[in-house]
Amino acid sequence: MTGPRTTDVSLRAEPRFEPHRIALIAVAIVVIAAAALFMRWDWLPDYYMLALEGLWRTLWILVVTCVLGFALAVPLGLAQVAGPPWLSLLARAFCTVIRGTPLLLQLWLLYYGLGALFPQYPWIRESELWPMLRQAWPYALLSLTLSCAGYEGEVMRGAFAGVPRGELEAARAFGMRPWKVFRRVWLPQAIQKALPTLAGETVLQLKSTPLVATITVIDLYAVALRIRQDTYVIYEPLLLLALTYMVIAGLIVWVFSRLEARIPVRMG
Amino acid sequence: MTTSFALPLAQAGVFELLAPTPPGWGGNLLGGFVSSIKIGGGAFALGLLFGTGGAYGKLYGGRLLCDLLQSYTTLIRAVPELVLILLIYFAVPDLITRILEIVGYGRFDVGGFAAGVIALGFVIGAYATEVLRGAILAVPQGQIEAGRAFGMSASVLMRRITLPAMLPFAIPGLANLWLVAIKNTALLAVVGFSELTLETRQAAGATKAYFTFFMAAGALYLLFTLVSNIFIGRIEQWARRGQPPIAGTH
Repeated sequence: MTGPRTTDVSLRAEPRFEPHRIALIAVAIVVIAAAALFMRWDWLPDYYMLALEGLWRTLWILVVTCVLGFALAVPLGLAQVAGPPWLSLLARAFCTVIRGTPLLLQLWLLYYGLGALFPQYPWIRESELWPMLRQAWPYALLSLTLSCAGYEGEVMRGAFAGVPRGELEAARAFGMRPWKVFRRVWLPQAIQKALPTLAGETVLQLKSTPLVATITVIDLYAVALRIRQDTYVIYEPLLLLALTYMVIAGLIVWVFSRLEARIPVRMG
Repeated sequence: MTTSFALPLAQAGVFELLAPTPPGWGGNLLGGFVSSIKIGGGAFALGLLFGTGGAYGKLYGGRLLCDLLQSYTTLIRAVPELVLILLIYFAVPDLITRILEIVGYGRFDVGGFAAGVIALGFVIGAYATEVLRGAILAVPQGQIEAGRAFGMSASVLMRRITLPAMLPFAIPGLANLWLVAIKNTALLAVVGFSELTLETRQAAGATKAYFTFFMAAGALYLLFTLVSNIFIGRIEQWARRGQPPIAGTH
């Protein structure tokens, strides 16, 4: 969703701290100080344990769904590029449906739909998994994983298709088996190409996690809502929440830029 | 297995449930769908307005304006839409009411519709700023210089040269945003605005036919996406008229 990278106005060689920027930073500090002093933060000591638990759950959901989603996205992308026609069609249909409907609807479909469907089958209720299936988090994980897989599957499709044919032919000429070509050449090249987009997708995934609060999973967002309900403090928890998400998003971008920096690039 | 899996769907009497008149809930769903489209359209239009202003400000504005706009796009894109909607949906009407009280007007109720459009438009504006900024930068500089050399004023230059020339570069990004706008309207269900997703949940809750209704709503969203894609393809073709075809797309 970001525009093409072209000459950025802010990238021109100019001193980092110009007068107007110092003034802006000063204004920001004054605003933050005023917010810290004059807004109500007396609820913080009572709720910080709960908030940390929520933060932990948000991060945990983010990491698990991203990893599982990516693991699904690779075969989805590959099926669209190199699979037989029926498999390619199936993968494309999956990605279209996931990308064409709101995540909230998918989440509610799985949670309410499967939640109403499962109890009708006695063998599910008698199974070992039933105590787990009665909770909300498996549905949250499933829904976010599928959504991640749908979006990243499309990204990986482009990435797989973008690997130069000559490299794959060269690998085959070395006598590599198809699996080895995939593992040593095709996948690494595709991931390298897709890495900047995957960083964006991961931030988008972070921004989707608060939706799980609507199906009673207590993540960071749900904690903020509860603080609002308990204390009648309206804006402060939300502002702190927004700040926390910004910090996490910044961390994600930083981690991915470190990953990108590890890949040696030969300037031709 | 497949028959037993489909059984709960068949039991409910799908067509009676989805009938457009009151015993069925189809009318409610369609009503919600229409208000989803209205909100999405309004938010997209507002977002385009913000985005055009933002892109021009970032490219041609002073350094202060540049930094302010950079903070706007960075902050908005780093915070979940749900949190922003919750903040804006309640804060903007609150603010407007307070300002009006100070000025001396009585209570003025900003409806849920306007608040939703403002909240979503503000979010979409941040993304549109980046899309349009990239598109304007992609316009060959010579064309804009030629326009200036003809003595065009800034507004004529924008209307006649920059906007039409950048359109082909902007349309893929804007099309993406248009679909995001429609999907984001579902988030207003969380603040209690009755658009398609909330109507669906109410219908599903009342009849216990969860699968039927959520699937039907999903089909409506999907239909909208697919129909939009057809129109977007036409618009893109129109915007690209007179340009050489891009390598690999024909």
